Amino acid sequence: MKPFTLATPTDADEAVRLVADDPDAAFLGGGTNLVDHLKLGVATPGALVDITRATSAEITDLPDGGPRVGAAVRNGDFTADRRARERYPLIVQSVLAGASGQLRNMATIGGNPLQRTRCVYFQDVTTPCNKREPGSGCGAHGGYTRYHAILGASEHCIATHPSDLAVALAAVDATVRVLGADGERTIPFTDLHRLPGDAPERDTTLAHGELITAIDLPALPMARRSLYRKVRDRASYAFALVSVAAAIELDGDRISDVRIALGGVAHKPWRAHRAEAVLRGARPLEETFETAAAAELADARPLDGVDGGNGFKTTLAARTIVAALRDLTEGARS
Amino acid sequence: MSDLLRPVAIGRDLVRRDGMDKVTGRARYAYEADVPNASYCRLVQTTVARGRVEAMHTDAARQVDGVRAVITPFTAESLHTDGGELAVLQDQEIAFRGQVIGLVVADTAEAALRAAELVEVTCSTAPHDVALSADRDDLYKPEKVNPSYETDTSDGDVDVAMAAAEVTVEQTYTTAMYHNNPLEPHATTAFWDGEHLTVWDSTQGVHPTRAVLADLFDLDKEHVRVICPYVGGGFGSKGEPHVHVVLAAMAARAVPGRHVKLALTRQQMFSLAGHRTPTIQRMRLAADRIGHLSGIAIDVVEHTAKMKEYAEQTGVPTRMMYAAPNRATTHRLAALDVPAPSWMRAPGECPGMFGPEVAMDELAEALGIDPIELRIRNEPDVDPETGHPFSSRNLVTCLREGAARFGWADRDPRPRAREEDGWYVGTGVASSVYPVNRMAESTATIRFERGAYVVEIGAADLGTGTWTTLAQIAADALGVDVEDVSVRIGDTRYPVASVAGGSSGMTTWGSAVVNAARAFRDKHGSAPADGAEADGSTEDNPATEQYAMYAFGAQFVEAHVHRDTGEIRVPRLLGVFAAGRIINPRTARSQFIGGMTMGLSMALHENSVLDPRHGHVVNHDLAEYHITTCADVTDIEATWLDEHDPHVNPMGTKGIGEIGIVGTAAAVVNAVHHAIGIRVRDLPVTLDKLLPGL
Amino acid sequence: MDAAISLTVDGEGYRLTVDTRTTLLDALRDRLGNISPKKGCDHGQCGACTVLLDGRRVLACLVLAATVGGAEVTTASGLAEGDTPHPVQRAFLDHDAFQCGYCTPGQVCSAVGMLDEVAAGWPSHATTDLTAEPRLSQAEISERMAGNLCRCAAYVNIVPAIEQAAGEVR
Repeated sequence: MKPFTLATPTDADEAVRLVADDPDAAFLGGGTNLVDHLKLGVATPGALVDITRATSAEITDLPDGGPRVGAAVRNGDFTADRRARERYPLIVQSVLAGASGQLRNMATIGGNPLQRTRCVYFQDVTTPCNKREPGSGCGAHGGYTRYHAILGASEHCIATHPSDLAVALAAVDATVRVLGADGERTIPFTDLHRLPGDAPERDTTLAHGELITAIDLPALPMARRSLYRKVRDRASYAFALVSVAAAIELDGDRISDVRIALGGVAHKPWRAHRAEAVLRGARPLEETFETAAAAELADARPLDGVDGGNGFKTTLAARTIVAALRDLTEGARS
Repeated sequence: MSDLLRPVAIGRDLVRRDGMDKVTGRARYAYEADVPNASYCRLVQTTVARGRVEAMHTDAARQVDGVRAVITPFTAESLHTDGGELAVLQDQEIAFRGQVIGLVVADTAEAALRAAELVEVTCSTAPHDVALSADRDDLYKPEKVNPSYETDTSDGDVDVAMAAAEVTVEQTYTTAMYHNNPLEPHATTAFWDGEHLTVWDSTQGVHPTRAVLADLFDLDKEHVRVICPYVGGGFGSKGEPHVHVVLAAMAARAVPGRHVKLALTRQQMFSLAGHRTPTIQRMRLAADRIGHLSGIAIDVVEHTAKMKEYAEQTGVPTRMMYAAPNRATTHRLAALDVPAPSWMRAPGECPGMFGPEVAMDELAEALGIDPIELRIRNEPDVDPETGHPFSSRNLVTCLREGAARFGWADRDPRPRAREEDGWYVGTGVASSVYPVNRMAESTATIRFERGAYVVEIGAADLGTGTWTTLAQIAADALGVDVEDVSVRIGDTRYPVASVAGGSSGMTTWGSAVVNAARAFRDKHGSAPADGAEADGSTEDNPATEQYAMYAFGAQFVEAHVHRDTGEIRVPRLLGVFAAGRIINPRTARSQFIGGMTMGLSMALHENSVLDPRHGHVVNHDLAEYHITTCADVTDIEATWLDEHDPHVNPMGTKGIGEIGIVGTAAAVVNAVHHAIGIRVRDLPVTLDKLLPGL
Repeated sequence: MDAAISLTVDGEGYRLTVDTRTTLLDALRDRLGNISPKKGCDHGQCGACTVLLDGRRVLACLVLAATVGGAEVTTASGLAEGDTPHPVQRAFLDHDAFQCGYCTPGQVCSAVGMLDEVAAGWPSHATTDLTAEPRLSQAEISERMAGNLCRCAAYVNIVPAIEQAAGEVR
């Protein structure tokens, strides 16, 4: 581990300045991912700027009725928040489905969506990885691909995004508040992460030195009828093979609105626009759910691999979408 | 050996004597030896699987503040060895990816890590080969399989039996590559004073470790002391010394007068601490319509390292388990560019009761016979392999007792017949077996000190309960209250003890303690003077030539498979064991359920993914190599028969540390098959293998 | 690079200078000689290093010591009062909820922190009704303890131990 300096500013402007001015600097939040990467040699910053005291750890109400979640709110505190539990089950469930109690007490709401892929080749500095070392090649192609992408991958990178929270935030169309050296801006959550293309080293659309200060949730009454379904290789404390965040609104016997996002299948939280389009205005029938899932996964490109590849994920994702929608509409269907 | 000890302390449910130290974290493990001004070690490893280290540049590493030594193959001291796993830093050849090629010693852990990162290595590479398959043309027959069993056996003619049989099963089963992964990483603290080497090592045997170190460094055994009061789990991986202890000793000798600490990282444990070979098991069963086996055969293919041969005895349990007149077993190895495989909980029996016990379930299904009944119909009168009677064999009672407790009688044998809340529900059964092992050499000393008895023996407690159970044995052997006995273990200052392996601890060390107690009473009577002492050693048991000695068990599993996703949960496991007399029901139950849970872990989760392109296990940490978590278990119960075996040893014990993992995975596979009608023959059972059939 | 910090560990105050790279776990074990939190993976994947940091359970291996100056740390050693075990420790002894003991101090700290979270009404992945007060069932305990791996697999003893202790620490 390379030596680094550590600064602990108490205001966000100072934190941003410290990182923006130093190409070798990085923000440190809860540390659950970055400290891991320091030890692995995946991250080699010369300066760390601890932002847990520089950003808000409060959840406040916005004028439009949605909450603003400060970036330094710990994941555990977020799940304890009664308003969040009542109004956004899918988001609270997504956080509870991730990591462990200890890690949730450390990880922050601003940092969680910025965690980096769990691709074993990314994490192992002795293997090639275009994300970690652009141009070195992709170690995962033809390797162990069980946890890798079936949608939106490129020849340069087939990694998936590991955050559960990010999937739920993509589903509800949250907004990311960002502070940079040039001031504040907001980013639709679905635009925060990017597909790998030919620049997999960039996970997000944030520029160096841009700091997430808060995440704004839309009022979105339909989110009360929502869930996060995570399918993994053991009962807990494991990353998703496939996950589904879904919210639905019924008007009589029709689906008036629906939000679906998938985890474990792509380089970014995968908003299932095609499935949503099939479902909007339709009746909540099993066949319709299957049609919607098939539409979303029409372009899925499963990967071969050392341990059998990830071809099963297309079926698994489809079945999990259907199961989630069925769970959300049970009792409402004739 | 028919006069068993009268159980007074034996059989009592006593709390672990080391309990308070463990629940507070005050128990000191090897890395935590209380030493002044320690230095810290960090390893440099190869990033290619085969080749040669051409050059190493260590200037940058040496310039890191606090670095005291950088040792490479070009500078390391010569060890007295002909090669093999422990010949570390002895030459420039690279035998596997992750091999240690450098060692840094520094005043802080941070400096050691940084310096290790800065060592520059130039390697030439050669093509490597780590891919196991049954159709390789270079498979070979080892001389013996672990530890000294015949490689192949054949009685009668299985081919003829198969041709003549009314019903046959012929299938291939595979188990994955596994890593022991004790929670405490392999670690050593070492000190060299110029003449004496002292090591605090996390080991299942202080004396075997001392013997290896004395040989390697050409030291008088009396000049080497190995200390290990607590072991944070081993499961076989701390049974034989691995390179870390040699490297720690080298490091200490490089900085005489300073204590050095070396702990493997979790990632390093996947290449430097042993593993269980993957196995390919071709099974053949021949039977008549009523389920009597006429033939049983297993042909095993597995891997070993080119650097060091280790042949897992996977086919061995098939030789004695069921009464088939025609039996055959073979073992063939592929020598690959992999780290040396080694012991992992129940080597041989654990993988070797997977294929056969799933095949028995397939046979039961083909015959339309209950799988418990099928096993009962094939119960042998004597050991099929040796013709000797069993010293005791209560498999049938285990199966029946388990069936009653588990509610087997209500079972609808049809697959996929039961669905509850979106989950298919199934149940399965498998048999367990483990031999009664006795190691060659152990001695105990008993001394009367200030009104109490002290037992000293260099034994190990890896969580097995030795601190407590040896006191119980000594108390009954001496005829005193267990509170009047204290135990000292885990130090070569105490008399020689064998490795804690093969579930042999109680048989071996316990026999030594009993003999010491008898010698003590013979010599000092019932009113000894302060300081009175006597020794006793384990001796050969002539009964082992007359009887086949095994523990048996039956494992029952309830498995749930999710209707939509194929997720698998195992909410219920029951094991019933016949393992001789139980010294301490509390610690014994923990051993059984621990083994069963590890078996569940093997069934559903564990899988070391060896990437043939890179040559190493790529999921080399605890986030990617899954073991069961608390959330994966619900109801796991172990119980046992009150078994009296007069032949095994004076305590009547058979050994219980390993049998719990034997058969569990087969029972899980059989239960999953019952739940949804899909037969998974390749471990682990994961949802991707079930989805196509949902 | 060094940083001077103060820490309260198990009720004792310390001032020390640490390398910015030093984790809280290494500071406790290598610098302060507190061996109670264990290093099982060093990457937040096993839970053996769990301590209570200002009352909350965290993984000391992923905390840089220099970022928690002024904090109060409680380890399993500090939960006991000398030779008198904490109710959770007593329950672990009663239920033989460990074998090798290496994950145990982390399990104990995790259980203590977890019981506080339940008392504060925090839900878990096992909670079916997010809006209700969670009730401590076997499923709740095992899910909430899933971040503490035990290779000896004492899980089916750990859960009833925590059930027992839950009644006593209230």
